[in-house]
Amino acid sequence: MNENETVTLTESQRKAQRSRSIAIGLGLALLVVIFYVATIIKFGPSILHGAM
Amino acid sequence: MALVEKRTLDEGGIRLSEATAGDFLALLKPRVMSLVVFTAFVGLMAAPVSINPFIAVVAILAIAIGAGASGALNMWYDADIDAVMTRTAKRPVPSGRVLPREALAFGLVLSLLSVMTLGVLVNWVSAALLAFTIFFYAVIYTIWLKRWTPQNIVIGGAAGAFPPVVGWAAATGSVSLESIILFLIIFLWTPPHFWALALFKSGDYERAGIPMMPNVAGAASTRRQIFAYTLLTAPVGVLPWLLGFTSLAYGVVAIALGLGFIWYAWKVLVMPDSDRTMKPAKALFGYSLLYLFVIFAAYLTDSVVEHVLAMPGV
Repeated sequence: MNENETVTLTESQRKAQRSRSIAIGLGLALLVVIFYVATIIKFGPSILHGAM
Repeated sequence: MALVEKRTLDEGGIRLSEATAGDFLALLKPRVMSLVVFTAFVGLMAAPVSINPFIAVVAILAIAIGAGASGALNMWYDADIDAVMTRTAKRPVPSGRVLPREALAFGLVLSLLSVMTLGVLVNWVSAALLAFTIFFYAVIYTIWLKRWTPQNIVIGGAAGAFPPVVGWAAATGSVSLESIILFLIIFLWTPPHFWALALFKSGDYERAGIPMMPNVAGAASTRRQIFAYTLLTAPVGVLPWLLGFTSLAYGVVAIALGLGFIWYAWKVLVMPDSDRTMKPAKALFGYSLLYLFVIFAAYLTDSVVEHVLAMPGV
């Protein structure tokens, strides 16, 4: 149960994992930018100064 | 290197995925998505109210992701029949690159994300319509109608017809007669479009056991129904001009396109049963794509010109 083993990914598995990781990273970054900009648009620039 | 428990590996419970980001992108059906983006954009631009350009882009993106999510759910459920049809056998799930449960999770997560994003950042009317569209395509069409009735694509066509309504709702927060007519154009256009394809791909559908109209009612009946739906589509395409929503220029384009559509459908109607190449059906399929693209492009152009002319000082 406590005995752990490591697995070495094949080249194609490593490449596929890397491409998925990059896509998830870009997707999350895009989501952050979208919500950041949309929040400013919806509430106005004053939200950046803590005043509503 | 990945750290995993030996016990899990021994049970065969783990399969290290070789699916690339491109495979997951393919689950979104990019070609269908491009049509959804375009028609939703026309619905949004045709609305008589202005919307912040950034919010408009977010709305279109959310609608596109929602449409893609429903495509992923479709590919999850339909993997068995996709595998036996030449047109779909190379899709990520039947080809084994993506596991069914991965496609399901991907579709569900993106459905939730797209609907919530549209609701929080745009409005909840459009979000509710998008949620209904995803539900309609994934559950009503894919799971229920597709394998049960030859009317599958007639009723299921509603899912593909919703995007301009969602786009309009994103801008206005409501549904109107104008957006319902955009819905009707796509809804009535769907049967001639898909049945033309089904005519020359009937062997594929038969092998997969899908009750498409040519396999159930026969080619002759399908050709008559194609013609009937085309006779309905053409005048509905002209309705926006007749009801005063667009200019004469759109009306002229819609009439010309409609007459062309009827002409191609007529060629299919009189196509002899012995015709194995089915050139008229292939031509109608190609023309139907052109019809939808050009009629929505004409609507978009008309709306943009109207907006520009309405600007002060123009």
